[in-house]
Amino acid sequence: MARIRLTNKRRKALIGLTFVSPWIVGFLIFTMYPMLHSMFLSFHRVKITPTGIKTTYVGFENYKYAIFSDPAFVEKVLKYLQEMALNVPIIVVFSLIIALLINQKIKFRGLFRTIFFLPVIITSGPVINELLNQGATSIPNIEQYGLFTMIENSLNPVIAEPIMYLFKQIIMVLWFSGVQILIFLAGLQKVDQSIYEAARIDGASSWEIFWKVTLPDLMPLVIVNVIYTIVYVSTFALNEIIILIKNNMFSTITGFGYATAVAWVYFIIIMLMLAIWTGLLSMKKR
Amino acid sequence: MWKNRSINTANKFRKRLFGMGENDGFVFKAVVYLLLIGIGFVYLYPMLFMLVNSFMSLDDLVNSMVKWIPSTLYFENYAKALKVLDYKTTLLQTLLVAGVPALLQTVAAAIIGYGFARFDFPLKKLLFGLMLATFVIPTQITMMPTYLMFKKYELLGSLETFIYPAILGQGLKSALFILIFYQFFKRIPAVLEEAAEIDGAGSLKIFYRIAIPMAVPSIIIVFLFSFVWYWNETYLAGLYFGNELTILPLELQRFADSYNKVYPPGSPGNQLNEAINLAGTMLTIAPLLILYFVLQRWFVEGVDRSGITGE
Repeated sequence: MARIRLTNKRRKALIGLTFVSPWIVGFLIFTMYPMLHSMFLSFHRVKITPTGIKTTYVGFENYKYAIFSDPAFVEKVLKYLQEMALNVPIIVVFSLIIALLINQKIKFRGLFRTIFFLPVIITSGPVINELLNQGATSIPNIEQYGLFTMIENSLNPVIAEPIMYLFKQIIMVLWFSGVQILIFLAGLQKVDQSIYEAARIDGASSWEIFWKVTLPDLMPLVIVNVIYTIVYVSTFALNEIIILIKNNMFSTITGFGYATAVAWVYFIIIMLMLAIWTGLLSMKKR
Repeated sequence: MWKNRSINTANKFRKRLFGMGENDGFVFKAVVYLLLIGIGFVYLYPMLFMLVNSFMSLDDLVNSMVKWIPSTLYFENYAKALKVLDYKTTLLQTLLVAGVPALLQTVAAAIIGYGFARFDFPLKKLLFGLMLATFVIPTQITMMPTYLMFKKYELLGSLETFIYPAILGQGLKSALFILIFYQFFKRIPAVLEEAAEIDGAGSLKIFYRIAIPMAVPSIIIVFLFSFVWYWNETYLAGLYFGNELTILPLELQRFADSYNKVYPPGSPGNQLNEAINLAGTMLTIAPLLILYFVLQRWFVEGVDRSGITGE
């Protein structure tokens, strides 16, 4: 009987694989297989009958319909792209500002932190929806203030519109930035204090220190937060596209096949968005 | 010459107002507090709005003189909302739906994160990359086949639809949690484990006797966030649970419909109004708010201890 002697290294590798094995199994069952299956479904017309699922191959029909013919989808994608272009930088910059603010030696720091992290726990679609419906998320009667009419009238609509949008959405946008603040704050607390001291001795102002020391140090976290924000906003339960996908799932006209095709197109859009943003940010870094 | 001087004066002015180094100027401080209070108000405003309005009687709602202070504390809204949400049952179910998967997800993430952090094995880099990539895959891609799969094995409507993915490291935002544990276990010095190994302890024993006790802060954070996220997950819950199980946010979504069932439209004095709606919203987030205020130390301070950002 040949006894296989496991070297220490091999034995360790096996143990490591054992620890990771739940993930591997889960990945195959709950990620890999569903992805392949949904890819398959997206090329089919799917009918769910009491006896099982019936699929008919339709080629790129679902995709063509989604991109060229479905007015609801195209319109929502355009709106989504516009919102992302505005919201992602706003959310990330805001969370960075808030993290910087509460990282300072201020009075009532604990209280402020507690308030600013509220969005971490209030994240469910229906609750935010309810707040939206009751008008609790925008500054009340914003149109009444002279400042805003002034902005609207005096500026070019191209500039005025995003500004107005920002004011109307401000609370909504802030509610998306809980985890990002946490991540920035954790990063800020890790910045080596001696670098700050050295910079101060050399006569750098707080402003210079921020741009030349803090921000470059935080850059990896900026990218992490951009990715997190894009994923979070894109998959949020109130996002119109994901509501559209769910509605199509159980629609008798379009069904699972079309819904999966829409989901894949959406996924590709999200990936492009991530690629563009991370690309831009890592270019800046150099 | 003139240019130089103006820069000098500008610098002096700036120093006075914005401060230098440790001593921040007065303007700087004032701006910081103004910003803090302003932004803080923006966060608190919806909460206050909700709290105040949920105590308003119909008369107060209609009365334009009453804006922030209800004339009487009107508890009837809460009584109605409690009944409509079927609060006791729904709350227990929500605790179950959020608690069990969160617990299992935490355990799974710790085990998997430990495996990635402490061992070398073939294809590790590829697997780790795939693991991170799962974070950006929207559930909309995978949920339909998963739904069909659950349907085939008759799991729809049961908590198992949340449990199985959680155990296998594919629950809500699992990649993030595995990453947190990975970062944490990477930081533990290997000496401790080596010492235990020489003493003859097996890997499993080292894991739960040495690694786990050290990871308690990470465990608490991961569990809390997982719990909160499962609590708030209405999209998948609505899809997988059907009418068998429910959670508070889902019931809030159906609030208007359920209300009309309990208080049929037309019955006098029982129309649904925004105050009742807000009482329902308040009741939905109250347990989380309580959890947050009791354990806020962990939400607020513990993050840097959990190793979320790595080294």
